[in-house]
Amino acid sequence: MNYMDEFRDRSIVLGLAERIKELAAGRPEPMTFMEVCGTHTMAIYQYGLRSLLPDGVRLISGPGCPVCVTPNGYIDRAIALSRLPDTIITTFGDMVRVPGSTSSLMEERARGADVRIVYSPLDAVSIAEKNAGKRVVFLGVGFETTAPAIAGSILTAASKGLVNYSVLAAHKTIPLPMEILSSDPELSIDGYICPAHVSAIIGAEAYMPLAEKLGVPCVVTGFEPVDVMQGVEMLVRQVVEKRSSVEIQYGRVVKWEGNRKAQAILAEVFSVCDSEWRGIGVIPGSGLEIAEKFAAFDAEKTIPVTVEEPREHLGCLCGDILKGKRSPFDCPLFATVCMPESPVGACMVSSEGTCAAAYKYGR
Amino acid sequence: MCLGIPMKIISIDGTDVVAEVDGVKRSASLMILDEVVGLGDYVVVHAGFAISKLDEADALETLELMREAFPVENYS
Repeated sequence: MNYMDEFRDRSIVLGLAERIKELAAGRPEPMTFMEVCGTHTMAIYQYGLRSLLPDGVRLISGPGCPVCVTPNGYIDRAIALSRLPDTIITTFGDMVRVPGSTSSLMEERARGADVRIVYSPLDAVSIAEKNAGKRVVFLGVGFETTAPAIAGSILTAASKGLVNYSVLAAHKTIPLPMEILSSDPELSIDGYICPAHVSAIIGAEAYMPLAEKLGVPCVVTGFEPVDVMQGVEMLVRQVVEKRSSVEIQYGRVVKWEGNRKAQAILAEVFSVCDSEWRGIGVIPGSGLEIAEKFAAFDAEKTIPVTVEEPREHLGCLCGDILKGKRSPFDCPLFATVCMPESPVGACMVSSEGTCAAAYKYGR
Repeated sequence: MCLGIPMKIISIDGTDVVAEVDGVKRSASLMILDEVVGLGDYVVVHAGFAISKLDEADALETLELMREAFPVENYS
């Protein structure tokens, strides 16, 4: 047993699809559920789950891909850093191909910049240990799932006394944009497929304001097809029964209170800040910046660099796609000018971007 | 980016473990995990860190309930 294959069981998926159809039958209004995690977006396209749902149950994708919601200004700063002498940029793979205003890290690497893809931020710390004469910057992008790992790398670098490791942090937290989007009358979201591993850290309790104050059903859902279909079934049931509560479908991994130790590490290493989301704008209190105590590890504060004026790409609908207002198929650039090999917008670059998922599986 | 893989712990050295899935082995840090884990336990590994212990009893119970409700012979 590997706890993945078992949750891809075809008969269970089809059974759940039938139950959803029965539950939703005869509803006067269609229901719209938003998934706010790129890994859900990917799973829904990859397994063709939309095609199993009745017309009255619609799934839309939200701002769940961290790379996609990162504004151009951040990429531009990373690019500017990569051009400095004796500097090694370390990053997760997705960031390398994201187009900034006029360049990308991949282009910079072709011009000689030292840009390295790592699996873990701890690998970046090891690179810093082995390259004492150079500064090593890790691109800290990601939601609450990833932020504790970055915090862990800073604590590790601090305990080793490293002075050449720093993080360019642009972490974002998920619940606030969900609250903003659920108040958008244009979207009328009837429920959230809440993220799986973000919730492993923050706990299902983080969605209480959404369910209780805003009356939006929330189901913390795993990433396998059985998980997603069961999560949708639980949401449909809440709508039919006129309830709005927080439920956990993904109980094998997510606890109500989340991972308290990771939460404590986040609170120690980061402080809450305002953060800009591509397509949504600045959301107060929705970001994490490196706390004053660890300022020596903050690349933004410790490495002065001139950054070009950020420019958005004309015609790109990433902003509206990230809000769930448009689908990739509405974008004139999709699969014409904007393709995985030559992406215009971030949603086409990241393997879990909505456009990348639609390009690969949805056409 | 939030992908995490359930992996079985096959060796432990302080706060570092080696975990395995389908023959692939990865080292992972227990630094941010708030649960006690031992050899043979499953953890969800993300970016080199174990972020959660997998509750096998919960997983098996879910699967059993689902298989009972949706038997293969009805949906094949």
